[in-house]
Amino acid sequence: MNALTPLEAETSIALGAPVDVTIDAVAKDFGDSPALFGVSLDVRAGELVALLGPSGSGKTTLLRILAGLEAPSAGRVLFGGEDALGLPVQDRNIGFVFQHYALFRHMTVFDNIAFGLTVRPRASRPAKAEIRRRVLHLLNLVQLTGLEKRYPTQLSGGQRQRVALARALAIEPRLLLLDEPFGALDAQVRKDLRRWLREIHDRTGHTTFFVTHDQEEALELADRVVVMSKGRIEQVGSADDIYDRPASPFVFSFIGESTLLPVVIEGGAVTFGGDPTGLDVNKTERREAVLGFRPHDVTLVEDDAPAIRGRIVATRRHGGRRRLELQVGPDHLRAEIDVEVGDEQPLGTLVGFRPQRWRIFPA
Amino acid sequence: MATPLALGRRPGVIPGFGLTLGFTLAYLSLIVLIPLAGLVVRAASLGWADFMAIALDPRTLAALRLSFGVSAIAALVNAVFGLVVAWVLVRYDFPGKRIIDAVVDLPFALPTAVAGIALTALYAPNGWVGQYATMLGFKIAYTPIGIFIALVFIGIPFIVRTVEPVLADLDREIEEMAATLGARRWTAVRRVVLPTLVPALLTGFALAFARAVGEYGSVIFIAGNIPYVSEIAPLLIVIRLTEFNYAAATGVATIMLIISFILLFAINLIQAWSRRRLG
Amino acid sequence: MTDIAAPAPHHAARFQPAATERPAVRVLLTVVALAFLGLFLVLPLVSVFYEALSAGFGAFVKALGGRETASAIELTLLVAAISVPANLVFGLTASWAIAKFEFRGKSLLITLIDLPFSVSPVTAGLIYVLMFGAQGYLGPLLAEHGIKVIFAVPGIVLATIFVTFPFIARELIPIMQAQGTQDEEAALSLGASGWQTFFRVTLPNVKWALLYGVLLCNARAMGEFGAVSVVSGHIRGKTNTMPLQVEILYNEYMYRAAFAVASLLALLALVTLIVKSILEWRYADEIAATRRH
Repeated sequence: MNALTPLEAETSIALGAPVDVTIDAVAKDFGDSPALFGVSLDVRAGELVALLGPSGSGKTTLLRILAGLEAPSAGRVLFGGEDALGLPVQDRNIGFVFQHYALFRHMTVFDNIAFGLTVRPRASRPAKAEIRRRVLHLLNLVQLTGLEKRYPTQLSGGQRQRVALARALAIEPRLLLLDEPFGALDAQVRKDLRRWLREIHDRTGHTTFFVTHDQEEALELADRVVVMSKGRIEQVGSADDIYDRPASPFVFSFIGESTLLPVVIEGGAVTFGGDPTGLDVNKTERREAVLGFRPHDVTLVEDDAPAIRGRIVATRRHGGRRRLELQVGPDHLRAEIDVEVGDEQPLGTLVGFRPQRWRIFPA
Repeated sequence: MATPLALGRRPGVIPGFGLTLGFTLAYLSLIVLIPLAGLVVRAASLGWADFMAIALDPRTLAALRLSFGVSAIAALVNAVFGLVVAWVLVRYDFPGKRIIDAVVDLPFALPTAVAGIALTALYAPNGWVGQYATMLGFKIAYTPIGIFIALVFIGIPFIVRTVEPVLADLDREIEEMAATLGARRWTAVRRVVLPTLVPALLTGFALAFARAVGEYGSVIFIAGNIPYVSEIAPLLIVIRLTEFNYAAATGVATIMLIISFILLFAINLIQAWSRRRLG
Repeated sequence: MTDIAAPAPHHAARFQPAATERPAVRVLLTVVALAFLGLFLVLPLVSVFYEALSAGFGAFVKALGGRETASAIELTLLVAAISVPANLVFGLTASWAIAKFEFRGKSLLITLIDLPFSVSPVTAGLIYVLMFGAQGYLGPLLAEHGIKVIFAVPGIVLATIFVTFPFIARELIPIMQAQGTQDEEAALSLGASGWQTFFRVTLPNVKWALLYGVLLCNARAMGEFGAVSVVSGHIRGKTNTMPLQVEILYNEYMYRAAFAVASLLALLALVTLIVKSILEWRYADEIAATRRH
């Protein structure tokens, strides 16, 4: 079990704790529509991993396979080196938190949290007093002391979320799985609970997966982020890796605002629509590629210097700057750039710009 | 049966409030409230002593005991099997499911007299089903068991149709949650699913019970109608009427009416309670 | 670990989803449910047609041929033709008042409309006997003017209206409440009169729920036995409806004729169920969600 103190948990990740969960070439078909294509991932003990992706990317399916709520069509799942797929959901010892919490409405908060302990076979069931002690301890951990006699309908959304987490922790799970844990909450409550979840994780040290479609949440909270799209893993890495070194155009465009343009690389220069862009690469052979850049990473280019040029079709205020929407190239593609307030020009004006930071992806 | 309806309408442009509410109240009063009030007034005019004499008459007591007792047993049996039927219809798929689902409403559509003679033919000592009872040495038709059969028939849709929508609305994640917490299937059903069905089951039970207590047509053919043994309360009312003993008929009817209203009240309480608790 | 070829897991075949029962349990429960419904519902229905037709179709037609049976059919149709429209008008006015306006005592009114469902049919007959019978409140007055209500058609109609009283209203009230008043307010603001609004906006919005209610109301009106039995007096060829005719034939040991008439009523029930199911499948959203009768 993960009885690590916070300090041990921290260091063990840093030193490379043993692999706790192995997902090996896991695939899933629902009838004729595949949801996962051979997904593989190793997760170390005590890691907090975010499964990030748009809806339909397969992240929830992967979570449900880990929990034993779905069976994969192919592949293996190992917990601590041992096969987990042979275990029915009841024996996997998973703490699962559903997006809408799935609290038992006819039970008090106390009975909800105690449920996992009270359904154990008599031989392994703790005594009543011990169950009570543990439930009250967990209520304290999730800061709901005194609410044990309430019913779920008498709680706020954030309180329900914390009851759901306490209930999952009560069985001392070997793995904690959270499906969109903040999805049903207000923006402010989300932020508070996010910080709080990180604290709980650091104190309890459970290996944890959480599913989210919110990149900010994933980047802020997780030790590692797994970006998924259409049933495949696009990239696994730290927040910095994902943001600064995106492995694919999908990751680049999913994380943060971006524009992707089809370009041709010729003689070490990047050309767009046949014109040089003023961007250089150290590749010489001619090939087609995708240029990616973020709106705030561009500068305007005066006169006839090489640049990407386009007509302004819309402008809007964007924070401290102004966002221009341009039609660029012969195919009238959309590009977005940010300029200083005061630098903008009337709609229809032709402007040239050049990305300061940019990435080239294979076409 | 006074109706304290205050005519405080919401201001708005839609016409016809006075006309429609007036007609509704007039029609309701003429068809339902005044005739029912007539029954209550007639019972009240009996005087306490006479009323108690009718209520405590051994034949009345036997009929009431039979009606309420067998109705309770039939509603209980229906609660169990109705739950199974609702469960199967909501959760499983099998060929012909839609037809089966439609058949559940048969007792609502089939005239009670038709049900009565059909059940009698089936459960008579030489009937399709009754012959097997005869072989085992007991009788179904013309005994209280026959009454039970008829009251089960009449009550089936009440349980199924009250449990079905609640079961269909139940979030399956609740059951998955219980499983991840280690609960075996039966434990999850017993501790998580069934408790949320209790209000619907109680409501269905009360509806089936109330209907069974008042049921007449489907019972009298199969019951045998032997005083003190298989004579139900509604039949006793009819018998008293044919004897022109209006006082006794009124007395028995009033007792049944009071118990029905208590049941109706109980149903409303159950529903208010479950709305509060389960949101 | 990805270099290890992953075989299709043998677990998938015997994977047990968490939110359902094992296949054996599913089969068992399905068999129990079907056996229960088969024994208590299907078998009686089948036996009606079997008993009616067991001596062949010719005998069946002959058994239906009597003059008394014909007049019972006529009376049943007459009673339904009066009581169903009466309750239809009531259902529409009551649901209009309840759904389109706010007033105190509304929930009490809804409860009172449901009241006839909690009254035994026999009691329903009795209250009219106490009202209009020879010893009833209005009996002497009616006798003076030579009007017969009890042991005559008016009593049968009244008792039938009573037992079918809530059917149409309770289908219409929830759906009209759910639909609110916006459509009507829009129509009125466009210059439609109250009647135009009702016939061209409200009525089309509730037509399937209305048909549904009429269907159930009609089935009960034609099939009512207990209440009608108390007020009818069983005068052959005059005050016997079809269900009463079934009883008389049955009690006179004319089983074939009894089941022949009963089979016509069972046929009505079947048609009712079929049309009802079609309405539920096709217009589920447009029929009120409450299903308790």
